[in-house]
Amino acid sequence: MDRVERPLSPHWQVYGWRITNTLSILHRLTGLLLSFGALFLAWWLFAAASGAEAYADAQRVLGSGWFKLPLIAWAFCFFYHLANGIRHLVWDTGAGFDRAQIRASGWAVVAFAVVASLLYALIAII
Amino acid sequence: MAKFRLPRNSQIKPGKKHPGADAASNAREFQIYRYDPDSGENPRVDTYQVDMDDCGPMVLDALIKIKNEVDPTLTFRRSCREGICGSCSMNIDGSNTLACLKPVEDVKGPVKIYPLPHMPVVKDLVPDLTNFYAQYASVEPWLQTRTPPPPDSERLQSKEDQEKINTPSACILCACCSAACPSYWWNSDRYLGPAALLQAYRWIVDSRDEATGERLDALEDPFRLYRCHTILNCTKDCPKDLNPGKAIAEIKKLMVEREH
Repeated sequence: MDRVERPLSPHWQVYGWRITNTLSILHRLTGLLLSFGALFLAWWLFAAASGAEAYADAQRVLGSGWFKLPLIAWAFCFFYHLANGIRHLVWDTGAGFDRAQIRASGWAVVAFAVVASLLYALIAII
Repeated sequence: MAKFRLPRNSQIKPGKKHPGADAASNAREFQIYRYDPDSGENPRVDTYQVDMDDCGPMVLDALIKIKNEVDPTLTFRRSCREGICGSCSMNIDGSNTLACLKPVEDVKGPVKIYPLPHMPVVKDLVPDLTNFYAQYASVEPWLQTRTPPPPDSERLQSKEDQEKINTPSACILCACCSAACPSYWWNSDRYLGPAALLQAYRWIVDSRDEATGERLDALEDPFRLYRCHTILNCTKDCPKDLNPGKAIAEIKKLMVEREH
């Protein structure tokens, strides 16, 4: 007897964006963007090591006004990834698993990342 | 590997709108996933109206009312209607829970009901849990001993030791947690998922069980245990307020501790 090929129930399409899964995917996303940003950091360091002319070339891009925007975005990625990474370290000790603690630590991480990158933006713009 | 798109036969088409208690002052709209294996058609979402003044408070009450009074073809599992059998687990308003424990009042707007996520669908809200049960069996959820039992008594344990297994033993295997876990969605063929791991933990920490080493050996695997990335949808969704996420973290700790 031929069996019907069963459909797969919808998953991320119907599952809500809760603090748990949202912060988890944000952790991955910020990690990815940080890796991408590391290429620019490497470029800057290479340029600095290669002499004044190369450094000036790099500075024209990396030091320009419009480049502050990706820098601020990367700052957010950095602060978020750092704080959430610490949150994961705490979990690895077996602590912080109550529902209320998961929610509180999640919002604390978001608040820290937003405030820290705003401060960074303030310093960068001034 | 993660496949983000639903297969062709699983994509959801628009469904029927059933008229109902339109005129009722306290009507609520229910949007329910439907799949009929006999029709050969794709799944669809049907819309129903239920007068909540003439219905019990829980989502399960509304489902039963729809089945009794509007559409007898609507298919779902249910039994105890008090959160102890684990039959009516489904995705309601974006979270996995038991329909019998979920008040309609807690949902804003139309009540959207889908089967447990990323499962093969037998019919409507009934998922095929064969793989889920096989994974539960794979953790060998029974007492294993190497020493003979005491001649004149049962294998006793202290109150403290009993309390360690008290909570994980309350699992009703409804699969809400596993079906809420993105890691389980992408790797359910190799990752055991939160429900099976919570039960593995329940036997690992049982002071009477003497197969602790073998149990840990069986989980020492990049997939079976370590696909858990501490997303914690499991702990958030458990309708029995258990904590599979913490249990998995404790297993990971035991793995490290036994190396030293």
